[in-house]
Amino acid sequence: MSIKTKTIKFNVFRFNAETDYLPYYQNMEFEVTHEDVVLDILNKIKWDVDGSFSYRRSCRHGICGACAIKVNGRSTLACKERMFDMIDLFGEEITLDPLSKKRAVKDLIIDKKDFWDKHEAVKPYLISHIEEHPNMECAVSPSETEELLEADYCIQCGACHYACPVVEVNEDFFGPAAFVKAFRFEADVRDDAHHDRLEELSKQGQGVWDCVKCFECAEVCPKELNPIGKITGLHNMIFDEGIKNNPVAERHAVGFAHSIKKHGILDEGELVRYSEGNIGVMKHVPVALKMFKKGKIVLPWNMPKSDNLDEIKTLVKSSSKSKY
Amino acid sequence: MGKLQYALFTGCTAKESTPEQMMSTMAVADKLGIELVELTEASCCGASHLQDYDDFLSLVLNARNIAYAEARGMTMVTICNTCQLNTAMTKHRLDNNEELKNKVNVKLKEVGLEYKGTSEIKHFLYAINDDFGLDKLKEKVVKPLSQFNIAPFYGCHNIRPSELQNESNGGENPYMPTSLDDLIIACGGTNVDYEEKNKCCGFHAELQAPKTAAALAGNATIGAIDANADWMVTPCPLCHLKLDTQQDHNLHAVGREGSMPILHMQQMIGLALGCTPTELGLEKHVANVDFI
Repeated sequence: MSIKTKTIKFNVFRFNAETDYLPYYQNMEFEVTHEDVVLDILNKIKWDVDGSFSYRRSCRHGICGACAIKVNGRSTLACKERMFDMIDLFGEEITLDPLSKKRAVKDLIIDKKDFWDKHEAVKPYLISHIEEHPNMECAVSPSETEELLEADYCIQCGACHYACPVVEVNEDFFGPAAFVKAFRFEADVRDDAHHDRLEELSKQGQGVWDCVKCFECAEVCPKELNPIGKITGLHNMIFDEGIKNNPVAERHAVGFAHSIKKHGILDEGELVRYSEGNIGVMKHVPVALKMFKKGKIVLPWNMPKSDNLDEIKTLVKSSSKSKY
Repeated sequence: MGKLQYALFTGCTAKESTPEQMMSTMAVADKLGIELVELTEASCCGASHLQDYDDFLSLVLNARNIAYAEARGMTMVTICNTCQLNTAMTKHRLDNNEELKNKVNVKLKEVGLEYKGTSEIKHFLYAINDDFGLDKLKEKVVKPLSQFNIAPFYGCHNIRPSELQNESNGGENPYMPTSLDDLIIACGGTNVDYEEKNKCCGFHAELQAPKTAAALAGNATIGAIDANADWMVTPCPLCHLKLDTQQDHNLHAVGREGSMPILHMQQMIGLALGCTPTELGLEKHVANVDFI
């Protein structure tokens, strides 16, 4: 098979925290072949253009997680992503950035301290009270292993963490990678820290309730682990475990079931009242008044209902995990 | 081509906090000769929050909604990105897991319904762009929006996760979506490019994490203001609620002032097709829409 090539313009992020006041982009142009992955380009820059160009790399097999960078703003594992796929996505001008510009140390190398701190905070290890002298093996069945939803495949590359918009604006938020890691142990039948870990994962500001459900993490994960699916799994576990750390968030989720059972469609006003409580809801009054004046609030006695509401009531009754 | 006909899943906000979205949807469909048959039996999709609490119940309820579209033999059209996500996600999961589909159908049978997987699910944006066609839309434009710079705001759930955005729902590149830009151009406007156009508005964490939600919405609005947009347009009523009704709060959260009209996609099309502002419910906005 013949080798296909394309001439591509590159804008490469350059910065040395020790000597530069501001970062800048170095522009270059060279041929890319259909066999190149993004890491081949980084190597080419270092070996053929500027030996001082710096980036992390190690295994080249998508398993060490070192080489994650951003290509045209998209988190990418450089050794796994094919250049031609990136050109399909972004065209023939490619910008190479570190995962997080504000954490850049040298060129594409960032200080990942916040990532590792959050990773550590979720206790990313098995906490199990195993007998010192067990008389039988502690076996995990294949079906129990499937419950992990492959969360153990995470390589901590940071692609999802630095794609998450909440991580950008809330420095306390654990972020999708830490949640995947937490889920990996939460879903492990041998783990005894189930409740305690979920307590930390459900606290306001840092925990899963601050997720905005944007699916950026699912889009970028090079191992296709669907981090937001694990976040939903943790939400479900928090309910199953009966943990009540964030009453607004928890009532907000439960409120949907109440409302659907009553009207079929959502009673928006009642959902806010139910979520916030009678006192908490007061802070929404100014906006609610503005909305009311514009005809955007339906009063309780005018709430529309879905047709065939009986069916919905039957289904809520028969299909809910909790009984009303 | 015969008359386009769809089963319309309105979602909840169209019946409550964004009545202008319902009005403008029907007005635009009328002008374009698209028949929308409302799924009056539909329930709430769970908005990704019921899913956090009771995943199986949300599957059953969404499968029921789809079953009603199937019974009418029509493609389901949504007018809310989050309805689109949860409905398409349900379809994706049931169509790829026979065991789960059977479990759901056992429940649906109690009320005499069955999920078959025969109806496609698409957002109205793609029904217009891909089925109706932008060339045909251009022919119907009577008041081109040529004096306006318009910033598209796509809303997460029409573009991510991309595995759900298959051919029937645009199949967009989540990093460089084009449908809304193309629609703006077809309406005669100038599309504004800015970094936040495919980012999150924060709506889904509004009660749980108000500061985060306000910062994300504020950043998006500022992105459009700094790119000299005259207004923003979105296909998602939840983005609209966040960007419109809470605009002062959002801008305050990022330390800025300003004013940015936020239009539903349907209102923009309606203006270009010659509908009056009243027909499109433009007086029902909280942020100013003085430009009309």
